[in-house]
Amino acid sequence: MTDQPFVDIRHAAKSYGSLEVLHDISLRVNKGEIVAIIGPSGSGKSTLLRAINDLDPLTSGEVWLEDTQVNEALPYRLYEKHINKVRQDIGMVFQHFNLFPHLTVRGNITLAPKMLKGISDAEANILAEEQLDRVGLLERIDYYPSQLSGGQKQRVAIARALAMKPKVMLFDEATSALDPELVEEVNLVMKQLAEEHMTMIIVTHEMKFAESVCDRVVFMDGGYVVEEGSPDVVFRNPVHERTRNFLRKHLQG
Amino acid sequence: MDFDLILRVFPYFLQAAVVTIELSVYSTAFGLICGALGTYARLSRHKLLRAVGTAYVSVIRGTPALIQLFILYFGGPQIGIQLDAFEAGVIGLGVNIGAYMTETMRGAIVAVDKGQTEAARTLGLSRSQAMRKVVLPQAARLMIRPLGVNINAQIKGTALVAAISVVELTYTAQRYIGSTYKPFEMFLLAGALYMVIIYVVGLGITFLDGKVALR
Amino acid sequence: MGLDFAVVPEYLDRLLLGSAWTIGITLAAAALSFFGGILFAVIALYAPAVIRWPFKTFAWLFMGTPLLLQLFLIYFGLIQIGIDLPAVVAGIIGLGLHFAVYNSDIIQAGIRAVDKGQYEAGRTLGLSQAQTIRKIIVPQAVRAVVPPIGNNMIALLKDSALVSVIGVTELTLSSQLAISKTFRPFEFYLAAAACYYVINLALEAGLHRIERRIQVAR
Repeated sequence: MTDQPFVDIRHAAKSYGSLEVLHDISLRVNKGEIVAIIGPSGSGKSTLLRAINDLDPLTSGEVWLEDTQVNEALPYRLYEKHINKVRQDIGMVFQHFNLFPHLTVRGNITLAPKMLKGISDAEANILAEEQLDRVGLLERIDYYPSQLSGGQKQRVAIARALAMKPKVMLFDEATSALDPELVEEVNLVMKQLAEEHMTMIIVTHEMKFAESVCDRVVFMDGGYVVEEGSPDVVFRNPVHERTRNFLRKHLQG
Repeated sequence: MDFDLILRVFPYFLQAAVVTIELSVYSTAFGLICGALGTYARLSRHKLLRAVGTAYVSVIRGTPALIQLFILYFGGPQIGIQLDAFEAGVIGLGVNIGAYMTETMRGAIVAVDKGQTEAARTLGLSRSQAMRKVVLPQAARLMIRPLGVNINAQIKGTALVAAISVVELTYTAQRYIGSTYKPFEMFLLAGALYMVIIYVVGLGITFLDGKVALR
Repeated sequence: MGLDFAVVPEYLDRLLLGSAWTIGITLAAAALSFFGGILFAVIALYAPAVIRWPFKTFAWLFMGTPLLLQLFLIYFGLIQIGIDLPAVVAGIIGLGLHFAVYNSDIIQAGIRAVDKGQYEAGRTLGLSQAQTIRKIIVPQAVRAVVPPIGNNMIALLKDSALVSVIGVTELTLSSQLAISKTFRPFEFYLAAAACYYVINLALEAGLHRIERRIQVAR
């Protein structure tokens, strides 16, 4: 780890009309660090995550990935070129998988590498096999998404994001839409990524997972970062009343 | 754009539009009758009647309306059916749209929840009573909009009778294209009149739909 | 004058040739209407207003007027602006454009129905808007709307009879030519109807197979 932040969010603010969903948030994530963002629904945690790859643009503030400003103000055409390039370095996994139903697993994984990195079909196939092997689904390579379980879909979605060789991975409640018995297989894949020192920012409702995997936990509420620190501190000895209330509801059961 | 010409031929187009309206009204009315009979046949318990209904829908929907019109108008006299072009148009187009309306009406009836019939039968209503008192009132609501689509298609479909020389809008437009060499103007003029007719009918359907939905 | 179907076989080769033309015209116009429909749908949903509005006016005009009238416009209109196309080409263009407008309507609804997450997933991977539309949104939209578009193609087959009016020797005009020699309209129109019916059955079967094949990829 270095002192130079890898992902750097500076004074991020966002509002829809008069409704402010993010208030001046700054967050630095180091290379190889794994950060969980927790908080009640409507706290702005997903919005913040989606601002990192500019899917939900900020009203003000900056997002940096290494020495590139993700949300650089550019004329439309230049911005499009810029953002498409930057997004190749930021993998994202969605709550509802968002696999492309008209493509096989292989097609889902190879689409972007083939189109954007100009690699050959053969190379793309090897890439797909590697990434699927990583998530333990190699034998499903020629299935369509509709033929997979929810947990398998999400693992394919992770493989699809990994195939772009991203510098950082964003997880937006990756297990929230899954049946309880399918959560673990996805968590295992994420743990494995953590062991490989992938930089990850994880929005989650699963406190146990956050505690066991993450280096740092950020608690958000009402568009503010209320508290952040190591899992030990945030989960065991939270400073703020709001954090305690939230955890009381979410840790029991 | 030749506005003088448009103004000069406008009265003739207006007369032709009246013929198009008449054709639309009569053939739609005839089509609704055919559709109701077709639906009755399709849903009948008698195998033969059902087969007749199925054949009607399949044959009419499987062949061009133009050919059906030609068979009736040009071929009719050979089997003792003598009709003038307008009559042939009304009957031919009506029989044609009736097949599509059969599918619309049947679809609406089938779409009414099966539990409705079961509930009515449990109360002791006969099959036909259940149909009349419970299913049809609900199906009527469901069929107004799709029937509106059928009618909309039928108004444009009346253009076919230009091919058997009924002097309606399309025939008139074709004739004036031939004599003035202004295809674009004639198209716009006839097109505008079609759209007015379709728009007014659309308003009527929406009104009807709103009225039924209130109940 | 009674009926005499014995004259029909004599002209069978012409009816079959006419059928071949009908099939060819239908397939060509169907292809035009399919790809045109996709193009129109993308224009209607994504193009800047200066392109979108003239297009929408055109679509509105074509949906509100009879196909036969449009065929007259295209056939005579092209001649008037100095483009003297063979009637069959004008017919294919007319049929193709007419159904492209209807297909566009269906495909637009299909595109709107594609989950927003699909667009986001595409953009997240670094695909541009155009790439996302082309590779992710449109393929899904088209799969979802295959049944209604198939219905349009069946309608197109039957409406292809209209191009006989501008002088294309397809099935309908072929039977008319036979009638002008034999004065047996009932027999020949019935024979033509039978040919259409068979082609229609084949088309329906073909569409059904396509539908089944794409079912899994949805």
